[in-house]
Amino acid sequence: MELATLNNLERTDKPYQILDLEGQLVSDAPTIAPTQLVAMHRWMWLTRMFSDKIVALQRQGRATTFGPLNGQEASAVGIAAPLLTQDWLGGSYREVGSYMVKGIAPRAFIHGLRGYPLNELYSPEAHCLPFQIVIATQMLHIVGIAMAEKIKGSDAIAVGVCGDGASSEGDFNEALNFAGVFKAPAVLVVVNNGWAISVPRRLQSAAPTFAARGVGFGMPGVLVDGNDVLAVYKTMSEAAARARAGDGPTLVECITYRTGAHTTADDPTRYVPREDVEYWKERDPLVRFRRYLFDRQLLDESGEKEMVAGIEAEINEAVQADEAETLPAADAVFDYAFQELTPRLERQRGEMRREIEAIEQQRLERGTH
Amino acid sequence: MSIATAINQEATLATAPKLTMIEAINSALRLEMERDERVVMFGEDIGSNGGVFRVTDGLQTRFGPKRVFDTPLAESGIIGTAVGMAVAGLRPIPEIQFAGFSYVAFNQLASQAAHIRLRSGGLYACPMVVRAPYGGGVKTPEMHSESVEGLFMQTPGLKIVIPSSPYDAKGLLAAAVADPDPVIFLENIKMYRSFKQPVPTERYVLPLGQAAVIQEGTDLSVFAYGAMVKVAQDAAKSVHTQTGASIEIIDLRSIVPLDEETIVASVTKTGRAVVVHEAPRMGGLGAELVAIINENCLYSLLKPVLRVTGYDIPYPHAFLEDLYLPTPTRVAQAILDTLED
Repeated sequence: MELATLNNLERTDKPYQILDLEGQLVSDAPTIAPTQLVAMHRWMWLTRMFSDKIVALQRQGRATTFGPLNGQEASAVGIAAPLLTQDWLGGSYREVGSYMVKGIAPRAFIHGLRGYPLNELYSPEAHCLPFQIVIATQMLHIVGIAMAEKIKGSDAIAVGVCGDGASSEGDFNEALNFAGVFKAPAVLVVVNNGWAISVPRRLQSAAPTFAARGVGFGMPGVLVDGNDVLAVYKTMSEAAARARAGDGPTLVECITYRTGAHTTADDPTRYVPREDVEYWKERDPLVRFRRYLFDRQLLDESGEKEMVAGIEAEINEAVQADEAETLPAADAVFDYAFQELTPRLERQRGEMRREIEAIEQQRLERGTH
Repeated sequence: MSIATAINQEATLATAPKLTMIEAINSALRLEMERDERVVMFGEDIGSNGGVFRVTDGLQTRFGPKRVFDTPLAESGIIGTAVGMAVAGLRPIPEIQFAGFSYVAFNQLASQAAHIRLRSGGLYACPMVVRAPYGGGVKTPEMHSESVEGLFMQTPGLKIVIPSSPYDAKGLLAAAVADPDPVIFLENIKMYRSFKQPVPTERYVLPLGQAAVIQEGTDLSVFAYGAMVKVAQDAAKSVHTQTGASIEIIDLRSIVPLDEETIVASVTKTGRAVVVHEAPRMGGLGAELVAIINENCLYSLLKPVLRVTGYDIPYPHAFLEDLYLPTPTRVAQAILDTLED
């Protein structure tokens, strides 16, 4: 099929852009309803504010280690917004923004990030794999899912997202190879944020772009400005349409920047050059899209303030609700080794229960003295 | 088993065709694919070639390349895509051409297939059967003879099945495919064509986690699985001829889940035990069995439990493997030592 973006981008050396830094159109904008455009801006804010909130909770001992999402909001939203309900999404811990767009409630992540197992808040209808820690493995799962959907004859596609660091893993390359050979209805996205913890992008590959790898696996590779939500959206729409039409996988590279730390346990001042921070500050994805929306009177300052206040309330409510929830029984963890407990696991569960009871007993005794 | 069932089974077996392990597994795969269209198979050379051992012979012709297909040479890719297919509702049966190649796929098995149920809070599961030929004795090149069950035994979330006969292979494979969790199904290479056995044409299921008492005895228990069951039988026979000792032989059939009840009952009765496996000794199933015996029936023991196993060295060159693998002579000696008062 004819795809403007892909045809435009047979050259993979210059990122595809729709909005320049001033929020002015430099290519044709995709057709998106005004309410959807505002919703995309809200999702970007949600991604940033959710991230800031979890970092704050972690500092207070109310959340576990977390990888901030800041700087990558346009990629997060642009990747997931064009997908349909039946489509699958699998990413790493830095793709939480995409997951929220795809339909996972912020509270489901809050629960997980507080150190508890995913619960029923993690919606099955969103078709999101649990986010991946062993980076790049998810790219194979996504290709397997895409192959399965093709075998089943459904019209669902699967989108795998990983970072520039993950592209060096064997699984990333095997995933692209399987996707190409089996013409899997998949879109494989590298969110190139410049860093794998402290290892810079140039140490992941000597190739000028990751998008150029597409040709080696028999698929188009597209380089896109990952801080331009419209460019990411349009590229993903076309790659998704291509997959859905049975024309096979596409590799997409979003160039963006991790403006925060790798995780709450990381200190980027040890390795990030100061000038990088300045350079990327000017490329803030929210600022660029805000200019676009304001110019078109789709949103104004007071409207955005209201939006931000609404998001803040939503996140705070979710945190409060989750912290008020009764915790799952600790020994429920035995339910997730296998569907049915083996006699051996049944005995071990008993061991854990006895320990829980002993701790409880000690607590009671301390209370009475 | 009721008497009626036993008689029926005997009647079925009397008329059943005699099959090798390869033919029995092929028959099981065919039946699973016929009854469940979610079952798909893939791996290296399993399509038109029917597998390097011909286990999947004729299956691509019968079920088409959509359900039986060759993949690029990438074991992590094979297992990783299988995880995705299982999540998406298929029942994949990926093949790893030799168990020694599973090291390449270990991450996808250990951190992914085994974890997806926990990681997703039970939302997703990974019902798949990873078939892999394993074991020594046929003079293969390096990395073609490994026994890898010890690695997977230390990986919670995976089940491990190792049949010792064509009849068991067919019934256990049916159970493995029906299982809601990932199963590593290890097929002993030397046993693939070593003997035939009556195997019913129709589908039957042997539940996972149930050991088989191959022969009852009162003086000593021998625990084995896979190719070592036959080695244990030969050893027991020679010891019985020499000493008249009554030896019980138990085929564990699945390592995870492990039939601890049968193990403990047997040792409680006999008071003496020998464990036999091809895999290295260090931290192997033998060590686990000794621990189970200690925890449950130490005071029934009359002698220390002995292990007859592969040595704790990388699997050796072909000309040395007869010294590496447990033989009936080595097992018989261990039995005699354990029988001595």
